[in-house]
Amino acid sequence: MNSLGAAPAVRLDGATVRFTSERGSVTALENVGLQVPPGGFISLLGPSGCGKSTLLRLVADLVAPTQGAVTVLGGPPETARLNRELGFVFQDATLLPWRSALENVRLPLEVGPKKRDRSGLRKPEELLRLVGLGGREDALPHELSGGMRQRVAIARALVAEPRILLMDEPFGALDEITRDTLNEELLRIWQETGTTILFVTHSIPEAVFLSQYVLVLATNPGRVRELVECELPYPRPLSVRETPEFIRIASHLRALLQTC
Amino acid sequence: MADKPTAVIAEPAAPLRERAPIVSKPPRARSQALLPFVAAAVLVAAWQILAQVFSLPIYIAPTPMQVARTLVSELPTLMRNFVPTALESLVGFVVGNTIAIVVAVVFVHSRRLEAALYPIAVFVNTIPILAKAPILVLIFGLGMTSKVVIAAFICFFPTLANMVRGLTSVNPQSLELMRVLSASKAEVFWKLRVPSSLPFLFSALKIASTTSVLGAIVGEWIGADLGLGALIIEATHNFRSPLLYATVFVSSAWAVVFFAVVSFAERRIVTWKQGEVS
Repeated sequence: MNSLGAAPAVRLDGATVRFTSERGSVTALENVGLQVPPGGFISLLGPSGCGKSTLLRLVADLVAPTQGAVTVLGGPPETARLNRELGFVFQDATLLPWRSALENVRLPLEVGPKKRDRSGLRKPEELLRLVGLGGREDALPHELSGGMRQRVAIARALVAEPRILLMDEPFGALDEITRDTLNEELLRIWQETGTTILFVTHSIPEAVFLSQYVLVLATNPGRVRELVECELPYPRPLSVRETPEFIRIASHLRALLQTC
Repeated sequence: MADKPTAVIAEPAAPLRERAPIVSKPPRARSQALLPFVAAAVLVAAWQILAQVFSLPIYIAPTPMQVARTLVSELPTLMRNFVPTALESLVGFVVGNTIAIVVAVVFVHSRRLEAALYPIAVFVNTIPILAKAPILVLIFGLGMTSKVVIAAFICFFPTLANMVRGLTSVNPQSLELMRVLSASKAEVFWKLRVPSSLPFLFSALKIASTTSVLGAIVGEWIGADLGLGALIIEATHNFRSPLLYATVFVSSAWAVVFFAVVSFAERRIVTWKQGEVS
């Protein structure tokens, strides 16, 4: 088991997920053990089909484990979901096209069980400013660029003040320049909010730049290959990617991925 | 000499900000909107000239001028017959679409009922309206009720089919989002399914706006004392061609106005772009 110390925000014990269809069964994840401390930033890296997204969906209570246990904030994932402690950002912004940017951010406050402690809730307008979209509150999604839409999705995920933020390749469809900007902003938001972040990505530089630890998954069946620490001090400027330490970690990950 | 590329470095006048492209209508769009009117004017003029050159008898093909004159002189008759047709098509439109929307909602909530009843709806829809109309007149009598029912019938199926599709064709990722937010079934319905279905609903309503007028007129053909359909039959039998053409013009104008009102409502309500944003 990979331990990161402290009482974990997310804990998986021998979690296995098997999808059964008429054509047979596929093991998406096998015997995954993981502990993520509160406030941690962990990236999930691995080839296609290694079960990165499935791991995220386990934590989000969108998929149930076939075997093993998943614990989120000390209880089952369902409790965390009903307590509104989970924020999810998809690869597509998944904005409701008939709602303005502000109304999209407000959606989590309008549906589902209400949070008991509402004192910590941030105002939607404030969150839009936090993601750099102050002044675009009334814009409809089709009037925004891809990067701006993804910012709205991040603000929406944060509005219910979740203690855990799950991000499934949120910047995968964006160009590199926009991606760099959003990476920097995400780190700023993470440090400002203290949210635990699980971040799925295909990009080695992105994983190393953002996270404290990178969980490398192997495919067929999806399983943990290694947990790599990114020993680079925060705050990290974009130029950290040119330091020898960064390059060392990145090339280690690249070598690892070739064996996955 | 110029074997090296050159470039002029420009300073931005205002600070650059990430912005979505602003789409402005090309100036061509306005002149293109006039094209159908020009084409219509040319066709009407050609009709006037051909009818005069070949001096066609009025009962075969009246000239546009004769139709226009009739439109003015017979205005009281036309209006007296217009009111019931307009009423029948309007009430039929409201009734038919309301029932279709309610049935679609029921179908979406009960796959079993849909499996049982949808094929029957398809079957009834395959019966031509000209065959359905006499049956409905026999059941509902010669008054306005039978015409309203026929107009409602003709609206029903396209709206049902579109509404079922609209309510079920929700982006699966949006459903996952609602699940992470622990949204209730009712919240998913009102906040996600209903708005997603509106573009589909309006496509159906635009079809229904013109077919409901058709339904009312067909109903009046089967038997009615008053209404544009009755006037069409009467004018045809009496060889009053200018009146026939004028009646057709009034019924078309009503259908166009009806369609325009629904389109206007659509533009006011469906302000977002379908399918472009996931």
